[in-house]
Amino acid sequence: MDSTTVIAVASIVTAGMTIGIGCLAPALGEGKSVATALTSLAQQPDASATITRTLFVGLAMIESLAIYCFVVSMILIFANPFWKYIIAHAAQAR
Amino acid sequence: MNLTSDQMIFWQHGFFKLNQTILTTWGMMLLMTVSAMLITRHLATEGKISRWQGALEIIITTLETQIKDVGLAEPRKYLAFLGTLFVFVATCALCIIIPDYKPPTESLSTTAALALCVFFAVPLYGIREQGLGGYLKTYTQPTILMLPFNIISELSRTLALAVRLFGNMMSGVMIVGILLTITPFLFPAVMTALGLLTGMVQAYIFTILAGVYIAAATLVPKRQAVAAPLSKPTSRQN
Repeated sequence: MDSTTVIAVASIVTAGMTIGIGCLAPALGEGKSVATALTSLAQQPDASATITRTLFVGLAMIESLAIYCFVVSMILIFANPFWKYIIAHAAQAR
Repeated sequence: MNLTSDQMIFWQHGFFKLNQTILTTWGMMLLMTVSAMLITRHLATEGKISRWQGALEIIITTLETQIKDVGLAEPRKYLAFLGTLFVFVATCALCIIIPDYKPPTESLSTTAALALCVFFAVPLYGIREQGLGGYLKTYTQPTILMLPFNIISELSRTLALAVRLFGNMMSGVMIVGILLTITPFLFPAVMTALGLLTGMVQAYIFTILAGVYIAAATLVPKRQAVAAPLSKPTSRQN
């Protein structure tokens, strides 16, 4: 395998693994926090405004972890700096 | 596929580039300014108020209660800054129903600029409330050992603000773009509707987080707050 193939394979496999593993943990966390929020909503319906607001803020914080993974995998696929370097190098050599 | 709308350049002269992000941002600014000027031209305090005035009042009062709930006792002081953030991000997100429109918040430059505004606004508000010494003291709050971690958190939360908004908006546009090639008819519309919800939630989150950061910087710590009425009775009044 030449370096172009290595970079392509590594980028694609890493992008898939990044989004896969990176969604797994935040999904677990979000599920847990929603379940806890529902329990506390059932116990104290009066505090629903506070609970919902805190839940949304917390969910967005957790979700941003998954979003970071998404951004990294998108960069690996569509805007890969190593890939661009190889392309530029090949164009120079030719 | 273009990852951001920065890469679509309409006009270029040396260092200056006029890309789609800047043009859309100007369009948004024009839209919001002109509509706000038109609505506030005929304000009425009694009798029949116009629908648009009612809509603006809903936005203002909701924002005020939300800012107050975060812990800022006088929301009017922060409404100009936090409200602008909310209205800008929300308008950018809501306009995705227009075809061929790409939200400016889908570019990392815009979100980084917004996050930098928060980054500089937090110490400014903190210094205005507590004075320079009082604000600097918050960095060593539990113990002096926390100083490096407080500084790191200041930087990392700015990065997180920028990347969170960028990632959410970009993922919405990207998912619709990918789905258009797979299932062209109904499903992209559903995802766009989901994108509207995500955009509103992100606008809310961005504003609330900025409010929380400002509240953390401006709030007088508990021990001082108890002693405050004796030494400085009007510290929280003005």
